[in-house]
Parts: sequence; C-alpha cells; structure tokens
Amino acid sequence: MAIDLHKFANPARFLRITAVIFPWAAALTLLLLGIGLYFALFVSPEDYQQGNTVRIMFVHVPAAWMSMSVYSMMAISAAVGLIWKHPVADLSAKAAAPIGACFTFLALVTGSLWGQPMWGTFWVWDARLTSMLILFFLYLGYMAIWESYDDPSKAAKAAAILVLVGAINVPVIKFSVDWWNTLHQPASVATMDGPKIHSSILTPLLIMGTAYMSLFVTVFIIRVKAEILNRRLRMMRLVQLED
Amino acid sequence: MGSFFSLLKRDIQLAVRQGSAFTMTLSFFVIAVTLFPLGVGPELSILARISPGVLWVGALLACLLTLDRMFQADFEDGSLDQLMLGSMPLEIMVLAKISAHWLTSVFPLILITPILALSLNMPGEGIGAMILALLLGSPVLSLIGAIGAALTVGMRRGGVLLSLLVLPLYIPVLIFGVAAVEAAIAVLPVGPHLLLLSGLSLGALVLCPLAAAAGLRLAVD
Amino acid sequence: MTTLTEFLGMGGYGAFIWPSYGISAVVLILLVAFSLRRLHRIEADLIPLEQNRKTRRQNKSTKEGAAS
Repeated sequence: MAIDLHKFANPARFLRITAVIFPWAAALTLLLLGIGLYFALFVSPEDYQQGNTVRIMFVHVPAAWMSMSVYSMMAISAAVGLIWKHPVADLSAKAAAPIGACFTFLALVTGSLWGQPMWGTFWVWDARLTSMLILFFLYLGYMAIWESYDDPSKAAKAAAILVLVGAINVPVIKFSVDWWNTLHQPASVATMDGPKIHSSILTPLLIMGTAYMSLFVTVFIIRVKAEILNRRLRMMRLVQLED
Repeated sequence: MGSFFSLLKRDIQLAVRQGSAFTMTLSFFVIAVTLFPLGVGPELSILARISPGVLWVGALLACLLTLDRMFQADFEDGSLDQLMLGSMPLEIMVLAKISAHWLTSVFPLILITPILALSLNMPGEGIGAMILALLLGSPVLSLIGAIGAALTVGMRRGGVLLSLLVLPLYIPVLIFGVAAVEAAIAVLPVGPHLLLLSGLSLGALVLCPLAAAAGLRLAVD
Repeated sequence: MTTLTEFLGMGGYGAFIWPSYGISAVVLILLVAFSLRRLHRIEADLIPLEQNRKTRRQNKSTKEGAAS
C-alpha cells in the first residue's frame, strides 16, 4: 500500500489543481469562441484580395498554431517523463496527442478548403502543407505505439523515445521540405503572404487563437484525468486479482 | 572493438548462409522499379524525369522490408539477451547490427542501381551522382530504421507499425538524395547536396544508436 | 431575407467557408464528447472497486480490533 500512495501523491495534486482550473478554462473557451466567431463572421471586413475566404483563416491559422505547439509540449513532457520519471508527464503527453492530431487534421482540411477558391486546387505540394501532413503522420505513429504495447510503462518510454526522435527530426524535415519546394515551384504561395494583417483581422484571429488554446487546456484536463483514473483502475484491478 | 567486428561478421555470415534476405530485397527493388514504367507509360523523357525519385523510393521501401528482422531473430532465439548481458556497450552492439543490415540489404541495392538507372533512361551524368548519393545517404535509412526496429521488437505485427514510424523520418534523405541526382543531370554543382546527405548520415550516426539502444532495453526487460 | 442569403453566400465563397467552419465544429465537438465519455466510463468502472476496497479495509480493521 505504501508504494501505492507514493505513486498517487503527485497525480492527486495534479487532479486537485486542475479541478480548480477546469471550470474557468471551460467557461473561457465558450466565451472566447462566442466572441471570436462573432468577430470572425460579422465584424471583420472582407479582404480586398481574397474576399470572404479570408474568414477561413480564423479557424485555419489557430489550428495550425496549436498543432505545432501541442507537438512541442508533448516532446517536453516526454523528456520530463523520461529523465525525471515524473508520473504525470508521460500521461500528459499521451493525453495531448489525439488533441494535437485533431488540430493538425483541421488545419489540413480547412487549408485545402481555403486553397480551392484561392489557388484553384484543393491540394498543392506546398512546403507548409507537406510538412503539416508529415506532422499528422508523426502524431498517428505516436498514438499507434501507445496502442501496441501491453505494459503502459513500457509504452510510455517507447512513445517518449519516438516523440523525441521526431522532435529532433521535425526541424530537419521542415527545412528539407521548404528547400524542396522552393526548388520545384518558386513563389506559388505569394497569395498566402500577400495581404498585410490589419488589426480588424488580427483581433479576431488572436481571440480565436486564445479560444483554441483554452479549448486545448479544457480537453487536456479531461483526458489527463481519464488517464490518471485509468491507471488507478488498472492497479486496483491487479490488487483485486491478487487477493 | 574486436567484439564489434565479430558480431558484424556473424550477422553477415548468417545473412549470406540464409541467402533469402539478399535475393528478396534485390528482387523486390527490381520489381518495384519495373512497375513504374508499366504504370506511367514507356515514354523515355518521362522516365528520365522521374528516375531519381523512383530509384530512391524503391531503395527506401526495399530497405524497410528487412528492417523488422534487424533485432527480431536475435530477440526470438534469446541471443539478444545474451548480447545485452555481455561486456560490449549496447550502443556499439546496435551499431554493429546496423552496419550488418546496411551491408547485407542496402549495399546490394546500390550495386544494382546503375543497371536499373539505365533501364529508366537516366542521363549518364546522373548515374554517378545517384551512386554517390546512395552511398552517402543510405546509412541514414538503416540508422533511423534501427530505432523503429528496436521499438517494435517483440511485437507480433510490428512491421506495419514500423513503416508508419520510420517513413516520415526518411523524408529529408529522400529529398536531398533526389535533389543531388537532379542537380547532376542539370549540370549544377552536386557538392552541397552530397555534403547535406553526409551531414544527415553523421548526425544519425551519433543519435540513432543511442535511441535504438534505449528502445532495446525496453523490449528486453 | 436577402441579408441572410447574402450572409450565407459569403460573396460566392460560402461553399468553402461554411464547410471549413462546420468541420472544425464537428471535429472539436466530437473530441470533447469522446474525451468526456471515456472519462465518465472510467469513473463509473472505478466506483465499485473503490467501495470494495473500503469495505475490505473496514473488515480488516474490525478483525484487527477483535484480535487486540
């Protein structure tokens, strides 16, 4: 029993802290999504080049931001879990992965829906799109490796190794893809950088970005809590079997 | 160092005596490359245009075929445990395995590449660069592959997972490898691309044995 | 009524804008729903185990009390 208590000491504190944060994060998400959507759909003006399609940016860019930051967050918590054997760190990387995968998927889909009216095609092998797609595969690989180990502590370590190798490789992949693209079709994405960001567009964008961030926090708390309780469930079942 | 070479020699001898690994990867490579003219059409200018990419992708996939056996056989018959108990550092042991994999299943592909390149109508300037790029870049395939092989060792259907884990990480090698050949065909300087490929190889040489050894420790505990 | 159609038309780009908002909403709502459902299921599974442990502890302490 003593080992048990020690193991749960930290997760218990985590659960206590998040129980305080959770309602605020959920409320903030709803509030910001409401304001952000109102600004995005009604207040913000049409872009003089892109017309109304610029409104896709308000769901596209925050998703792309989150997809990158969630991966970095996973890499950091995997490193913490591997080095200090912090019990919550591994679980938090695991809990974050599906959220990151969802954001990456959304960035890809909304990006191609934006691409069709702007570039005349749903998909171009543009550097950003390609590296986003690769990031999506990295998320899938990470989630797959968690599924394929029976022993969760081994799965945690294997997944941590994978996510760290990926984190070292992501800048290399990004660089190579940028470089590959500029070699093949220079300046095809000029429309992407064309319009200067005006405050009437930047404000809703930042609101939506913050809304996505707090949505991440909300879902993240739910998922980490589920992971912690799941581990507790496994241990209690083991204890019951032993008796 | 002696133990490194004896392990390397053992693995190569095993592969030579079994023989199937050589012929399997080679014939896979040849068949996969042959499928492209059949799919794209026999027009020589198109084949010449896509030949660097086809050969690189073919080599990449052929290399994947044998990756899951890198540690699997030793894991199943228990010699992996023995090797890990020995005095040799695990990282060196992993490096010996990686070298053996490269020598037995990647190097033969490089030897046959000129013939396939000719059949795809690759310009003469490109063939030399293709060989050099493969020699400098393909170690990355075995090195990164070792991480995937170590993480999936002991899994029943590790092969599919292995390709999901490893293929995204192969992208830089593919891009720079193809770029080197295309630069050679366009009579542009090839040096920078080859330097980048060597840089990737050296970086992978430092990092991958560490990660693969960590993965193996997991599998064997 | 015209303003509503104009709004939904989004200057001819409605066919791209509304699906992108729609899919974002669907994916994110599903993410929240699945996460919550998983949490609730685990919590429900935990309840009998927790009670079991409590009763066992009480049994143990009453036994110990009886022994001393």
